[in-house]
Amino acid sequence: MAVTAEHVEEDFPRQEIESAVIRFAGDSGDGMQLTGSQFTLATALQGNDLATFPDFPAEIRAPTGTTFGVSAFQINFGSKGIQTSGDILDVLIVMNPAALKVNINDLRPGGLLIADIGAFSSRNLTKAGYSENPLEGNSLEKFKVLEVDMSRLTKEAVKEHGLTSKEALRCKNMWSLGLIYWMYGRKREATVDWLKDKFKGKPEIAAANIAAINAGHAFGETAEMPAEVNPYTIPAAEIAPGLYRTVTGTEAAAWGLAAGSQLAGLEMVFCSYPITPASAVLHTLAGMDNYDVVTFQAEDEISAVCAAIGASYAGSLGVTSSSGPGVALKTEAIGLAISTELPLVILNSQRAGPSTGLPTKTEQSDLYQAVYGRNADSPLVVLSARSPSDCFDTAIEAVRLATKYMTPVILLTDGYLANASEPWLIPDFDDYEPFPAKFHADPEGFHPSLRDPETLGRIWAKPGTPELMHRIGGIEKSFDSGHISYDPENHQKMTDVRTAKINGVAADIPAQAVECGTESGKVAVVGWGSTYGPISRAVNNLIEDGHSVSHIHIRHIWPFPANMGDLLANFDQVLVPEMNTGQLITVLRSEFLVPAEGLNKVNGQPFKIFEIEDAVRERLER
Amino acid sequence: MNIATPPEKLTAKDFTTDQEVRWCPGCGDYAILKSVRSTLADIGVQPHNTVFVSGIGCAARFPYYMETYGFHTIHGRAPAIATGVKLANPDLDVWVVSGDGDALSIGGNHLLHVLRRNVDLQFLLFNNEIYGLTKGQYSPTSRPGTRSPSTPLGSVDNPVSAALFALGAGARFVGRSIDTQQKHMPTVLKRAHEHKGASFVEIFQNCIVYNDNVFGRFTGKEVAAENQINVEHGKPLVFGKDGNKGLRVKPGALELEIITIGENGVSIDDILEHDETNLTLANLLAAMEPPTFPVAIGVIYCNPGPTYVESVRQQKESTRTKRGSINDLLRSGHTWQNG
Ligand SMILES: Cc1ncc(C[n+]2csc(CCOP(=O)(O)OP(=O)(O)O)c2C)c(N)n1
Ligand code: SF4
Ligand SMILES: [Mg+2]
Repeated sequence: MAVTAEHVEEDFPRQEIESAVIRFAGDSGDGMQLTGSQFTLATALQGNDLATFPDFPAEIRAPTGTTFGVSAFQINFGSKGIQTSGDILDVLIVMNPAALKVNINDLRPGGLLIADIGAFSSRNLTKAGYSENPLEGNSLEKFKVLEVDMSRLTKEAVKEHGLTSKEALRCKNMWSLGLIYWMYGRKREATVDWLKDKFKGKPEIAAANIAAINAGHAFGETAEMPAEVNPYTIPAAEIAPGLYRTVTGTEAAAWGLAAGSQLAGLEMVFCSYPITPASAVLHTLAGMDNYDVVTFQAEDEISAVCAAIGASYAGSLGVTSSSGPGVALKTEAIGLAISTELPLVILNSQRAGPSTGLPTKTEQSDLYQAVYGRNADSPLVVLSARSPSDCFDTAIEAVRLATKYMTPVILLTDGYLANASEPWLIPDFDDYEPFPAKFHADPEGFHPSLRDPETLGRIWAKPGTPELMHRIGGIEKSFDSGHISYDPENHQKMTDVRTAKINGVAADIPAQAVECGTESGKVAVVGWGSTYGPISRAVNNLIEDGHSVSHIHIRHIWPFPANMGDLLANFDQVLVPEMNTGQLITVLRSEFLVPAEGLNKVNGQPFKIFEIEDAVRERLER
Repeated sequence: MNIATPPEKLTAKDFTTDQEVRWCPGCGDYAILKSVRSTLADIGVQPHNTVFVSGIGCAARFPYYMETYGFHTIHGRAPAIATGVKLANPDLDVWVVSGDGDALSIGGNHLLHVLRRNVDLQFLLFNNEIYGLTKGQYSPTSRPGTRSPSTPLGSVDNPVSAALFALGAGARFVGRSIDTQQKHMPTVLKRAHEHKGASFVEIFQNCIVYNDNVFGRFTGKEVAAENQINVEHGKPLVFGKDGNKGLRVKPGALELEIITIGENGVSIDDILEHDETNLTLANLLAAMEPPTFPVAIGVIYCNPGPTYVESVRQQKESTRTKRGSINDLLRSGHTWQNG
């Protein structure tokens, strides 16, 4: 796809660059997330590869102008495979002093700062904790600074549309977007269409926003820019041909669950209680009227998981979703699903903890909870998704294993995956192999503890089936009849069966592959979940430099693929980067006795590529 | 020869499993079990279409003894699980069996919501005013002063009234009966089953081991007639061993009072008729307690309204335009062709 700016007859040269990392930052009320997602769309349409990182405060309407009310959206886009949202910023757009204060340390020396000086009032400076205007001192010396009175220019641009001054100011995010569109030669049409649709009932608001975009764009074209402010062009990435869209982890997970249910031939009953960042999955599914999905907003997380279990018992696929604190509440009921051997998918969008922690910040600290976090011997399947689009296939895999093995499956995503988006080569759903769920209907020799001799999965006999009336529950059941049994030998047997069933899943999943690098060598970097991007890029860079490093990324966390132990033993050193204090590493050490080392951080930010590269280099030098 | 035999009428025995019933001898649960079995046989429900869901407690063992589908779940959560069962298959006939601890302590929240949502099921609360299964601690329905292993000096906290809680939660059917009343209970159970929506039935159940005779003040042979009133829609609210006592709204006050036919010129016409659709009256009746008032049993309130699962399904059907394909879903919104 050719890369062109909107006006082909541009009379200025555009400098060609490979990639750029930009961040929009402003007040929660400044619409930075919308701005970012529009830029994402325009960039995807332009054929660049990209990765985004939306970062917003927990407060819905934090006091304006404060540092804790700053909302930011980062995007890394380019013509070469983009794996992360970028380590360091090339361009930072700040809509007020607080946004400057919070974000300026992430701008690379020589990077461009664009500031709306209209918002740099003494009041806003004070709120941000500045005693003097940083734009006036020399603290920003190492950056290029473009000061624009976006507030005033926006108000002027939208004047004719009769908005109140407050409404007019709300268009300034679109003004900034227009300017950045000009800078990177993005097209405005998609955003214009989107605005028209979003403000269908309010044409004057739509028109004003469009005017603001156009004004920002025109400002770029016509204004006297400081010498260093260049318009750029970024050639389209070499991406496999096909039909693309952008997708967030939330959308992909919701769609994957619906897709999995369809492959299983089941209706899905999705039960949830709102919690950040998991709620969006409920919202997405609640809007899917045309699909065999029933959504239920329960009174709490316990009710949500219980309703899901009730639905599975009655022959639907029960799914529940939450975040760590909510999953904690579901624990007892998950035990019931393990004991009664009913299918259940539990989606955990992890967030920083403990307790309420940092609800909008990402972390991978619920792996122990997923693998070990229940009373008694209560094994289940744990999966994790590595990227926004990977949530689709991982959700399908969760449904497959839950229904085939009659077991709860915990699917781990995280706040970063949930909100981040990436371009996705849309798969053809006809290529997916169905895995129809089987319902038992034969009264001959029936009892509720019958199981498939191969998978050890219990039969699924749903209420409503003639002649199969039976009782199940959380009390230990006889292996031979399904009746209550307090017999100690039987408990040993049932515990063994439950364990063997889950262990047996290892034979039904792909062998652990090496993402990049060789099957043996000096250092294996082993990751899970959303650290995929930075690990992948870091390892690729190191391989290009000629180092013996490999990347292993685990989807099936419990049970591990059968070859896992042997694979890890092929490496001199194993490094496990995680956004926690070391959880997967503990499981790997305990399962495989590998002398793995951790690289850990929990600052609510994804890993930077250089952090991983540095850690590997240090080990290569040993 | 092919003779069509009419489907045999089921009996209580057809609802009986081969499992040994494990309640203490003399427990009120036996009588309730008997009543429920014969009621189901009488109604002629299909066993394979019937599901009993319970939480944990003595009462919650109930499903094991019913030859229907049964799910013995976890403490307090039966209403939530039953809601899921109905969401998945609205055609199933669902009964929830619960104890006072199960329904009103650990599961109070779920009971509140299953009632206000009006999920179409029958909720039977076996109220013995004690935690039976865990060996006799006081429960949220125990009278103040209840001595139990955890309250050796007598409990000091106020009990909750199950029926008032249900009415407050928005239940559209509230009935009451007593374990020993084998004639009465089936009438209430049948009404509960007929009612579309969440039907809440409180059954006073004697725990012979840990709280024996706690309802003696109104169930005892000598006191029953004076201390119970069976309320029936459209009929005067009369009671007493001579059938000459009745209830009416106290003139000039929003409360009930007891009047006696033949005294002070009171005739049967002065006695209030039961209107089971009147929520205010239901609240007044549910609150009655000896020694001042008799305990009301029967159908205290019945006022059907839209049910949750049906509304959810209807709403979905009404907006559904076609059966969606996943390929369409993945291609909805902005897409672009590369190469
Ligand atoms: C999570 C949990 N907490 C506590 C218990 C212990 N427990 C079982 S039954 C029960 C109380 C039962 O009382 P009630 O519901 O009144 O039933 P009853 O035995 O009187 O019929 C308790 C506390 C449990 N099973 N699960
Ligand atoms: S403890 Fe009480 S409620 Fe439980 S079975 Fe015995 S008598 Fe019945
Ligand atoms: Mg009790």
